[in-house]
Amino acid sequence: MLNIMEVHETNQMIEQEKLDVRTITMGISLLDCATDDLDALCERIYGKIYNHAKDLVATGKQIEREFGIPIVNKRISITPISLVAASACKKPEDFVQIAHTLDDVAHRVGVNFLGGFSALVSKSMTPAERMLIESLPQALAETERVCASVNVGSTKTGIDMNAVALMGRIVRQVSEATADTDSSGNSKLVIFCNAPDDNPFMAGAFHGVTEGDAVINVGVSGPGVVSKALDSARGKDFEFLCETIKRTAFKITRVGQLVAQEASRRLNVPFGIIDLSLAPTPAVGDSVGEILEKIGLEQVGGPGTTAALAMLNDQVKKGGIMASSYVGGLSGAFIPVSEDKNMIDAAQSGCLTIEKLEAMTCVCSVGLDMIAIPGETTPATISGIIADEAAIGMINQKTTAVRVIPVIGKGVGEMAEFGGLLGRAPIMPVNQHSCEEFVARGGRIPAPIHSFKN
Amino acid sequence: MNQAIPSHKAVITVVGKDTVGIIARVCTYLSEHKVNVLDISQTIIEGFFNMMMIVDIEGSTQEFDEITDDLDTLGQEIGVRIRCQREEIFTRMHRI
Repeated sequence: MLNIMEVHETNQMIEQEKLDVRTITMGISLLDCATDDLDALCERIYGKIYNHAKDLVATGKQIEREFGIPIVNKRISITPISLVAASACKKPEDFVQIAHTLDDVAHRVGVNFLGGFSALVSKSMTPAERMLIESLPQALAETERVCASVNVGSTKTGIDMNAVALMGRIVRQVSEATADTDSSGNSKLVIFCNAPDDNPFMAGAFHGVTEGDAVINVGVSGPGVVSKALDSARGKDFEFLCETIKRTAFKITRVGQLVAQEASRRLNVPFGIIDLSLAPTPAVGDSVGEILEKIGLEQVGGPGTTAALAMLNDQVKKGGIMASSYVGGLSGAFIPVSEDKNMIDAAQSGCLTIEKLEAMTCVCSVGLDMIAIPGETTPATISGIIADEAAIGMINQKTTAVRVIPVIGKGVGEMAEFGGLLGRAPIMPVNQHSCEEFVARGGRIPAPIHSFKN
Repeated sequence: MNQAIPSHKAVITVVGKDTVGIIARVCTYLSEHKVNVLDISQTIIEGFFNMMMIVDIEGSTQEFDEITDDLDTLGQEIGVRIRCQREEIFTRMHRI
């Protein structure tokens, strides 16, 4: 039978250390909505999402109350719209109309984000995919809850440099279209390499074509719990440190698994995966940067940061993997600068640079995430940043992503304010040397030699 | 094996400053609503009174979330924090 100390420990994690289930994301396939009539398509999309997800938020809240664990976000991911709308959309504005439909249904069912306004162009773009990408500045500026992603490369296909060049220009245009809110449109746009089909975390979530009709994926979090546990590991060796992280990750993931199974049962939708990521929030004590500092760094970004992060990421996976029947998504540590208090501090003090963050992305779960850069950064430079990150993903057979925000009208040292979970970010300096010629070449970077495993 | 279906057991925790009659008030509520108490333990953690009850709500006249809300209100009256949670959140975390 349970003892009082165990019960106390769990409640302490929830109340003091901000243990939560970060998101329940319902993936919904829209492939069966496809038609060549735009209005009919919008109607079908709205109907299908509404019918599947109408009880999602209420069910999430019920689980939250009965188990006493906060479920911060309830979200939806959908089939990449470029596939669903390929025959109905004749111009970028048609995609904007779909974005509005998605935003409307997201409001109606009460989810705070809906992901999947996406295009998978890792080898090349179809006309529809290009139009979707071109619609992004208007679509992201005019909608509130729609999240977009573009996959520009993979280990198996190489990198589509035409898409990379286009995305550099688009990111800049999205910034300009949302200049009045510190270019926050780019907080809803992720550029991937090796995007996973079953990622429940926004802004990069979409419902892959390999998935079933609907699925429940759950993202667990808990940097605060890991950080607290590390207090007991001060001065101890790596063996003790790693064991502590693994044990904690196991406990956190078990809670996620429970919530996922409950949500799946109550909504009568199959359970997909748990994504066991440490996802920070701007709240004090809910920081991945703080964990790295407790491992022994004066400030995150200094020498040792990459090694500490690599170790942390690996231990989180090792601890969590046995706690869930299916693990997927990104699973690791997120390092979004604007959403992590200690990262913000380190970026402000100059200890954490974009170059160091790039190194960190080689060993953690995603990539250059929620990084504010000067508004005057050229599209070519943005493309260069995207290409570098995609190359890391392609060569290392891992997911990488770029979510950078050129903040129009602001320069290095100023702060961009995005509000809520998206937080605030100091504008970080970007290397000023040009990569114009590199980006302008066009074509694609071939798949690396180690992708030929057949 | 269907682990997903919750049992009828819940864990009620009371945390706060010790005062006369906490257990009595909680037990009165539970007996009025036909909630069966299976186990009680209490201790002092970091200077605070901590009580834990494991209860069976199968025969209860109330829905789970009504019990949660009622106990929360009762806690506010007494000046302590009372939570009622399904047992699985704890067993899953601490038992393999």
